[in-house]
Amino acid sequence: MAWTGALTYADIDIYCLTMPRAATTTDAFNAVAEPRRRAILEVLADGERPVNDLVARLGLPQPLVSKHLRVLREVGLVDVRGAGRQRIYRLEGRSLEPIHDWVKGFERTWEQRFQLMDEVLEELKEQEEGESDDE
Amino acid sequence: MTSSGTAVVTLPTQTQIVITRDFDAPRHLVWKAYTTPELIQRWWSGERGEVTKAEVDLRIGGTWRYMMVANGGFEVGFHGEFREIVPNERLVTTEVYDTGPGSESVDESMAPLITTTFTEVDGRTTMTQVTDCPSAEVRDMIVESGMEAGMQESMDALERVAITLA
Repeated sequence: MAWTGALTYADIDIYCLTMPRAATTTDAFNAVAEPRRRAILEVLADGERPVNDLVARLGLPQPLVSKHLRVLREVGLVDVRGAGRQRIYRLEGRSLEPIHDWVKGFERTWEQRFQLMDEVLEELKEQEEGESDDE
Repeated sequence: MTSSGTAVVTLPTQTQIVITRDFDAPRHLVWKAYTTPELIQRWWSGERGEVTKAEVDLRIGGTWRYMMVANGGFEVGFHGEFREIVPNERLVTTEVYDTGPGSESVDESMAPLITTTFTEVDGRTTMTQVTDCPSAEVRDMIVESGMEAGMQESMDALERVAITLA
């Protein structure tokens, strides 16, 4: 299941994690456990943004936003590029993969069940149609 | 079956799992497939094994019990008790994992509660299954079971490749 780099709100829900698996602070699981860092990722999910823009959108003090951006950069969740005097941040989707995979494994298990259910349902539909034809 | 949806899993709170899936069938049939033992036999194990038991006593306070032999050869079972039944619409049940390590000391009152709703629009059904867990740890364990299974499948596949190469 390839990570496409597109982040939806459904994916954002995935970040509501507890942290038993986060062994160190330089860990994506740990980094996304902080609500304001999740908020930053949500904004960046719509596209890259300069710091000022993030500050304005989140309504948080610039030093705090910068601090969280630093943590997110350390774990590779965001990347930064300079454009003139601005520093523009973007989401680094690939580093979300471990979190994404965590839920995707579970999702896949259920989808395999549902695909078999689809087959059962096709048969049930045919049976029902057969019965109504008999009437 | 291109007109059916794909399962979407979200974790809206620390103790919940929500699974939604669209089916290209009216809800009375989805309900039937979901609650009839002979039909459960055909889908419940997914790609992970064979269903060896599917018993359903569909009444409030009645129990259900499913077992499967996983591809790895070990047996996995779940059971639960029906708490709410609205035919074709809504089913509330507990779910207890009853095979494997730690199952001896299962506290039934701490069982996750699963609320499944079926809504039909234009002959298609959306099934929404909300699992409310007693703790974040239990929730994570349930989600993790999928990942472990996925990893196990990959390992099995790897082993098969390794054997053909040997």
